[in-house]
Amino acid sequence: MTLLRMPVFTWMTFVTAFLLLFALPVLAVGLFELTFDRLFGANFFDVTAGADPILWQHLFWVFGHPEVYIMILPSFGIVSEVLPVFSRKPLFGYAAVVFAGAAIAFIGFGVWAHHMFAAGLGPIANTGFALSSMVIAVPTGIKIFNWVATMWGGRLRLTTPMLFAIGLVAQFTIGGLSGVTHAIAPHDYQQTDTYYIVAHFHYVLFGGGMFGIFAGLYYWWPKVFGRLLDERLGKWNFWSLFVGFNLAFFPMHLAGLWGQPRRTYVYPAGMGWDLMNLLSTLGAFVIALSVVIFLANVVIAQRRPMDAPADPWDGRTLEWATDSPTPEHNFHEVPIVHARDDWWHKKYEEDKEGRPVRVPAGAADDRDQLEVGARERGIHLPDPSYWPIVAASGVLLLGYGAVFLKPDPTGTAWGVGGIVLAALGVIVFLSGFFGWVLEPLEEPHGSHR
Amino acid sequence: MAEAHAAAAPAAGHPDTSLGLDNRKLGMWVFLASECMFFGSLITTYLLYKDSTGGAAGFGPGPREIFDIPFTSVSSFVLLMSSLTMVLAHHAALNRDERRMRSWLLATAMLGTVFIGGQVFEFTTFVHEGMTLTTSPFSSSFFVLTGFHGTHVTIGILLLLGLYSMSRLGRLPVEDDVRIDMIALYWHFVDIVWIVIFTFVYLIPVG
Repeated sequence: MTLLRMPVFTWMTFVTAFLLLFALPVLAVGLFELTFDRLFGANFFDVTAGADPILWQHLFWVFGHPEVYIMILPSFGIVSEVLPVFSRKPLFGYAAVVFAGAAIAFIGFGVWAHHMFAAGLGPIANTGFALSSMVIAVPTGIKIFNWVATMWGGRLRLTTPMLFAIGLVAQFTIGGLSGVTHAIAPHDYQQTDTYYIVAHFHYVLFGGGMFGIFAGLYYWWPKVFGRLLDERLGKWNFWSLFVGFNLAFFPMHLAGLWGQPRRTYVYPAGMGWDLMNLLSTLGAFVIALSVVIFLANVVIAQRRPMDAPADPWDGRTLEWATDSPTPEHNFHEVPIVHARDDWWHKKYEEDKEGRPVRVPAGAADDRDQLEVGARERGIHLPDPSYWPIVAASGVLLLGYGAVFLKPDPTGTAWGVGGIVLAALGVIVFLSGFFGWVLEPLEEPHGSHR
Repeated sequence: MAEAHAAAAPAAGHPDTSLGLDNRKLGMWVFLASECMFFGSLITTYLLYKDSTGGAAGFGPGPREIFDIPFTSVSSFVLLMSSLTMVLAHHAALNRDERRMRSWLLATAMLGTVFIGGQVFEFTTFVHEGMTLTTSPFSSSFFVLTGFHGTHVTIGILLLLGLYSMSRLGRLPVEDDVRIDMIALYWHFVDIVWIVIFTFVYLIPVG
């Protein structure tokens, strides 16, 4: 395996890790400053002391805009896996898709103030951020076109994961287009804090991100749990979600452009927003129904025996070479990867016209090929441990404790409940932390299985 | 999914990576990268507020009135010298000279402690002169920024003392010097951050 043979989902997870690494410290600083204001009377955001509340907006959005890519890039990775499998074609422009993902991550750190056009940063800043926001549409467009080209001329199989993946491509494009309209600063003045914004970010994060997650759930469910989700229910799931989503969120474009402010659920009659809000409400119920269908599908599937084949979708990437569900050690032997879509090339050769021809039966499971030099090398796995979750729950308690340390932020009285909760959180965190560090290894040389 | 025909796993129990860098050390580099964003945000806040000295109780002192540049220069010098002793400790570890390594580790921790002592003195003086966390946006951003840096130095001192005692107990094989590498990286990073803070927080507003 080399970097440019890695599945695109793995690539996008990698890029997301970098985004998290550089975006979260900025939020941490914002939250620390807020905490010092609340608990210890500091003046970071106190306007009466001459502080600038725009600072909070900056800190929040320097984190917050990369954060939207943290939410969407894994879904982009998922559809880059699903579309080729169900089009029976390799991903069109693999390298371009990977580099576009990395480019989105880089540029994503330079566009945050497009959330603040109406805050009055001035024409120079607004122009700069408008331009960078339009530029980020380019790598995103590269991805969209590559997905369409992947499907172009392919032999499409419209399974549930494929439907969700196509749903992402279509709906994210709509959300991306309304996103470009926000990048135009004067246009954005009209849209700021209206339902148009709500429509936009639901089209990218629900119509895009969430549809991608559903595609991934249906696609990898057999690999993770050894049971295929039901296709008939899956299609009901998709079509109801597709209808419900568009019914709920498309009318918000109109309500927003007609002036309905966001973050309100009551509004005076006769503003012309009634019908749009009624449609959104109906859509919300259809979405709820769709989620119920999904949960029913999961429950029904989990009651069946684990009978999913290792490679139910005729997949292309390595995970389909091992059993379903995946054994604890992933692969029996460390596979050697000779090409992108390595598993596909082990199963198929090309005839003279470039059409895939199945390699004779048995050869596909050619363990000899996978086995070379793997046993003696072993696969490194860390010992499983419960301590991290103990430490994490301590942080949760500490967080709630900090909220109630000072029930009245303007007063000076300390809340006893908050002190107890925070102290408990510190104790739980430290025990989890030290338990984790001092936990003996299961076997002295047990890290190799 | 590493390349299967790479070299066999080394005896230490951690397979080598195709990156050629121990993953623990890579983890430290990556952590320090995210720390850059952390201190960057705090320094930005300070630069925004360096002239905002007004507060609920009227105007408090500003940088020109409160900073004692000669004093802070001395404590900055002490901290920078601790980077030198850290390099010497690391060098001794490379030469497998554990005794000398321990001496330099202790020297580094002591210089760090002197710096922290200087910061405690400075904070106390400022409070006596009428500048507390709550005085103004300037004072809030100053105390929180330098306070977080001081916390980082304190954690560094604890790590150095941890290394020292593990070496005394014979639980630090100098051949496996990744931990020394990591703590040295951390220490140098904290020093470099101080150079930036000293320039941006003390020198530029006063100069």
